[in-house]
Amino acid sequence: MKNKQWIKKVKGYFDHHSIFWLQLPFLSLFAVFIIIPVLIAIGLSFTDFNSIQKPNIVGLGNYVNILTDDAIFMEHAFPNTIQFSIIVGVGGYILSFFLAWSLAQITKIPRTIMAIILYLPSMTSGVMLSTVWQVIFAGDKIGYLNSILLKLDIIQKPVIWLSDDRYLLLIMIIVSLWSSMGVGFLAMLAGILNVNKELYEAAYIDGVRNRFQEILYVTIPAIRPFMMFGAVMAIVNTFQNGSIGVMLSGANPTPGYAGQLLVTHAEEYAFVRYEMGYGAAISVLILILVWVISQMAKRLFIDKDR
Amino acid sequence: MQKRNKIKIIGINPRRFDRSQIKFYLYLLPIVFITALPIIFIFFNAFKPLDELLVYPPKFITLRPTLQNFRNLAATSANKSIPMSRYLFNSILSTMSVVLLTLTITVMAAYCMSKRKYRLKNMFFNINEAALMFVPVAVAIPRYLIIFKLGLVNSFLVHIVPLVALPVGLYLIKQFIDDFPDSVVEAAKIDGASDYYILRKVIIPNITPALATVAILSFQSSWNSLEASNYYINNEALKSFSFYMTTLTANSGNANGMVGQMTGNTVAGLGIQAAAALIMFIPNLILFIILQSRVMNTMSHSGMK
Repeated sequence: MKNKQWIKKVKGYFDHHSIFWLQLPFLSLFAVFIIIPVLIAIGLSFTDFNSIQKPNIVGLGNYVNILTDDAIFMEHAFPNTIQFSIIVGVGGYILSFFLAWSLAQITKIPRTIMAIILYLPSMTSGVMLSTVWQVIFAGDKIGYLNSILLKLDIIQKPVIWLSDDRYLLLIMIIVSLWSSMGVGFLAMLAGILNVNKELYEAAYIDGVRNRFQEILYVTIPAIRPFMMFGAVMAIVNTFQNGSIGVMLSGANPTPGYAGQLLVTHAEEYAFVRYEMGYGAAISVLILILVWVISQMAKRLFIDKDR
Repeated sequence: MQKRNKIKIIGINPRRFDRSQIKFYLYLLPIVFITALPIIFIFFNAFKPLDELLVYPPKFITLRPTLQNFRNLAATSANKSIPMSRYLFNSILSTMSVVLLTLTITVMAAYCMSKRKYRLKNMFFNINEAALMFVPVAVAIPRYLIIFKLGLVNSFLVHIVPLVALPVGLYLIKQFIDDFPDSVVEAAKIDGASDYYILRKVIIPNITPALATVAILSFQSSWNSLEASNYYINNEALKSFSFYMTTLTANSGNANGMVGQMTGNTVAGLGIQAAAALIMFIPNLILFIILQSRVMNTMSHSGMK
């Protein structure tokens, strides 16, 4: 009897505080592995922490050094990142919208098959990427690209594509574009398929003349929330893919710093040179950059209506 | 009738094939083909016998398919103290745990943020939405420090715990629950059902598409993950299959690439790598093909307002 009462009491307690207990696991893990790391990164970025000695506060020193004194940052990591993000981020985003839109124009079964194939590469993150592409870019004459170019007499001897600083960034861009049809692409496709058909009919009555106008005045405004989600996914994907150069070339720093992006620059300082404070400052710059770009996307897709 | 004709040019989600769709196929098919090409190569390479891998000029298509590469893959690891099956077991166990835990804790939190009213609710969700933009590689340093302080280094848990809180998962499930009628939840509440009961019997059965989608996403993040094996685990017996794969590629720059030095530069290595890549890739593929219609269903709720 007493036992039963006790159970009831416990149950009552949990029922009463259900919101707390239901959210506790997610929020605590979220805090420990996402919020706190960001806060620590911000904190560390003001120090000269090197993982051995006690860190000293250096104020904005790390940031000043990055912006004024870091030749690799200025000559390689930063311009590479800009080039990479514009082509992979913006280009990949436009490409995935365009492909999603095109897929929406055809019938269901071929559309589904093609959507699956286009989505496949985004599942090959990390190690698989380099294995998959090494078949093509292998440095000996058995590599597919080399063998084709040799046969066509475009090159005389095999090129070691992945270790050549002339080609590395280009290859990184190709590989990243290849794998950029991810969740955002699926979201935009789902969005386009769900646009109310009457909107199109009304628009054509109102004087929309061609497919291009249709996209601009009907499709995009109708799926703005999905465009926004796709944009965020594209931005994150671009920066998340930052270590692709290291994976392809197998070295950090990449040969001649040709494939060095902000992410790999931070990793090099943190885990190769052990200048963790400096690495953290670069990380913070990355997070700020991601946030600023997302806000710009938000302005483009959300605030317009309000 | 004339109006009909006009409407015919509106082609979103057509029911049947029409000649006007040919132009889309004209560029979609080549793009899709190019996209699939690298994966097709890996497929062929995985089943190529040694002499076909060696032949110059290289043949794209496998003439005499063999399982030799898969046998070699198993044999290569047998030379070391730890068999391949051990890595595979680690990956399967940790991935299953990550998926189950992610679904459980995410759906619990998403339900509260969608259907319950309390202070801070909007703040939590806004923080989570901002965290969609979170780039884990950018905070590798502090994550390392935290995992070190928590004593997770060299423990199997480090494969699981850091991956369980998945902001995009919470976002998608919450958006999906938002479209579930409040009145049903209210009615259950009036009948005296607890939140746990509502969650189990009302919400979860109705949001299986979103759960399937999040399961795929968390499967991918865990199955492909290298972070734990690279940074936090020294004990070879606890490392994952994706890590084992990096040791096969000689130029992965990995200090542990002992096997890589033995196989990576040789042609035999190419076949072994392809076989391993295929083993990595197939589960992703099958899972996505099975669940793709649910994923598309979930994605139609994913818009950011």
